[in-house]
Amino acid sequence: MENYVIEMLNIRKEFPGIVANDNITLQVKKGEIHALLGENGAGKSTLMNVLFGLYQPEKGEIRVDGKQVEINDPNVANRLGIGMVHQHFMLIDTFTVAQNIVLGSEPKKGLKIDMKKAVREVQELSDRYGLQVDATAKISDISVGMQQRVEILKTLYRGANVVILDEPTAVLTPQEIKELIVILRTLVKEGKSIILITHKLKEIMEVCDRCTVIRKGQGIGTVEVSETNPNDLASLMVGREIHFSTDKKAAEPKETILSIEGLTVQDSRHVDMVKSLDLDIRAGEIVGIAGVDGNGQTELIEAITGLRKKSAGKVTLKNQDITNMPVRAITESGVGHIPQDRHKLGLVLDFSVGENIVLQTYYKKTYAKGGILSFKRIFDKAKALIKEYDVRTPSHLTKARALSGGNQQKAIIGREIDRNPDLLIAAQPTRGLDVGAIEFIHKRLIEQRDQGKAVLLVSFELDEILNVSDRIAVMFDGKIIATVDPKETNEQELGLLMAGSKLEKEGAHN
Amino acid sequence: MFSSTKFNFIIPIISVVLGLAAGAIIMLIFGYNPILGYQALWNGVFDSGFFMSETVNRITPYILTGLAIAFAFRTGLFNIGAEGQVLVGWIASVWVGTAIDAPTVIHLPLALLAAAAAGAFWAFIPGILKAKLGVHEVIVSIMMNYVALHLTNYLIRDVMTDNSESTEQVKQTASLTNDFLIGLTGSRLHLGFIVALFMVLVMWVILERTKLGYELKAVGYNQHASNYAGMKVGRNIVISMVISGLFAGLAGAMQGLGSFGTAFTNTAFSNLGFDGIAVALLGGNNPFGVILSASLFGFLKVGALNMSTAGVPNEIIEIVIALIILFVASGFIIRWALLQLKKGERK
Repeated sequence: MENYVIEMLNIRKEFPGIVANDNITLQVKKGEIHALLGENGAGKSTLMNVLFGLYQPEKGEIRVDGKQVEINDPNVANRLGIGMVHQHFMLIDTFTVAQNIVLGSEPKKGLKIDMKKAVREVQELSDRYGLQVDATAKISDISVGMQQRVEILKTLYRGANVVILDEPTAVLTPQEIKELIVILRTLVKEGKSIILITHKLKEIMEVCDRCTVIRKGQGIGTVEVSETNPNDLASLMVGREIHFSTDKKAAEPKETILSIEGLTVQDSRHVDMVKSLDLDIRAGEIVGIAGVDGNGQTELIEAITGLRKKSAGKVTLKNQDITNMPVRAITESGVGHIPQDRHKLGLVLDFSVGENIVLQTYYKKTYAKGGILSFKRIFDKAKALIKEYDVRTPSHLTKARALSGGNQQKAIIGREIDRNPDLLIAAQPTRGLDVGAIEFIHKRLIEQRDQGKAVLLVSFELDEILNVSDRIAVMFDGKIIATVDPKETNEQELGLLMAGSKLEKEGAHN
Repeated sequence: MFSSTKFNFIIPIISVVLGLAAGAIIMLIFGYNPILGYQALWNGVFDSGFFMSETVNRITPYILTGLAIAFAFRTGLFNIGAEGQVLVGWIASVWVGTAIDAPTVIHLPLALLAAAAAGAFWAFIPGILKAKLGVHEVIVSIMMNYVALHLTNYLIRDVMTDNSESTEQVKQTASLTNDFLIGLTGSRLHLGFIVALFMVLVMWVILERTKLGYELKAVGYNQHASNYAGMKVGRNIVISMVISGLFAGLAGAMQGLGSFGTAFTNTAFSNLGFDGIAVALLGGNNPFGVILSASLFGFLKVGALNMSTAGVPNEIIEIVIALIILFVASGFIIRWALLQLKKGERK
């Protein structure tokens, strides 16, 4: 008999109206990295929440080290050696690393918390697993990647033998991802088992031993990663063939739509983040901005869309100066914006999907007469877009919060494209989405280009930039330092450019 | 699992039941008979038309302050300054009610409008300070409560009268009292409840049906997304506060033009504004829910006066009200308990 550390057998979990998990079996061996693969909304998180004691399954049984257990609360999961690192970190910004880690199980000296001991223990753990975390640093002062390690340490401090990581790479830079992979391997070497929730096939191929696929709440099966390939995994996950590189015609750029001259933008700390930047985007082309996060991309987009003040420079849209226009005027003059942070900017999560569909158009004559909204018209529009953009939601009255990330994003994209803008800005449009949704979104972006729209794509994923763009502008330290043709470049060259090294090739500068 | 709307309905009811039960236990502990006590509470309201009318008069301002606070909550603000807005609304209505002569069709609406405007202005100040300078509305509006208390006392003593504790009665043309109603019940029952019920509809329409309500809620839920959508966040915060203050100002008019027909100096707050917080919470910040919770509060307050006939001191009922609020505020505990029960059933 195999030696499984965790067994979830024939798990079924229902929510009103849907079966989130139907007869799913997951068996994790000791000392392996086990991937849990599935599209957004396939039921991965539900399954893990069942394992972590947040949900009770209707059917099925859970075994830990071969013994049947009932996990009805996360504390039980902790006692059984199951730890979870959530996608959104649960850390207190103003506390130090050590304070965060011991929170809830503090070492005591009499009535006082023995902070010295806490720091020592945390530091020892960190060193043992090669996490390189400074136990005395404040959370607000360390990078996202470090914060994630703190979350991992937290589970280890509580004695976890099995660590569940929910989409751990979604928030990391490529460099941080490499470091995380090293850490995962160390953990396994030390006898821990890891469940990796993900939909990134590359990572599965790189680090995982076995992979369990679920699709629409059903367990599809478990495969040995060494005996499969990304294409097979993708079709298992989505249930149909997936095209990784999107087919597209050559671009036929026409007149200039957006023209940026000498744009300088400061962030909230009054540091110049965009420095005298020039960029033109023409109708019928997709310009991809490649760059490492934090080189001014966010500020650039916020400045174009009017969300952030410009300290210098000029922005022109179809020969109209939009530099100092308020957000609404810019939106109305023909700019669509798929924002990077869909929860913060893109949606009012407590509004229904229908209400979110008219976020920028609710005041127009179609929807509002004499100050009174016509919900019939609003919901008709919403229903049409939900259908057209395949937004999977129980109804247009469902709160946006209840939708999976991919479906939230589809709703936003539908809303933005439906306004028929001349310039479509897409910032990280596929962040955290599965291959099916990514394919859908890329198709839509290219479709917009083919209809003669100008598309500005900002992404930290080189694959995406190379795949979708007709022209790549590399942004470093607030400037466009090179413009390259995606057909004549590769990841290595882009990687170097993104790190700030100058392009040697003649004529590549624009 | 329960849906959230079901929860919104069940939790207040459970809170009330628990509050009453806890009140009964307290009565028992102190040696009073809870059955007689609650019987007296009930009879205190329903035994006579007079007290039923008194109860309606009590409910009316509670509805309006409840609406004021619920409206602010729904748009992401905490208007703890309703107390002060009630006071300035009260005195503004009495001022217009005493100072001018006009036929009822002009005088009464004008007096109501003055109250609404005064309350709105009192709420505008914390609103604009929050919008422009980011000062938290709770801090400013608490201070505005004290300013209102002392300002209205000064106005009554030194401006509207010559060192008297109370203004003269408002003119009949500005009064909410109605001979027919008085004849019917022999009480001070006035027409204010119509104003209050109308304002319930107004709040519902604004929040659920208008462009303005859509914007105000959007800003309340997510300022960043509202900004992204091109809404003017600061302006919407001010409008929210102003509408909230308007409701509270009208609550003052109910007292000034209705129940008392006069304004008098106060050494302490009327508590209408503060109780409004509890009314709003118990009513789930829903305008129609506010009618129910305001009714409960009015009923408890009037009925409590009669509890002394059963030998139960008035303070007990204050304790019961406090307990109900406590149970509402800890609604999540009830929610948790319900979920545990649900789980138990399944096993």
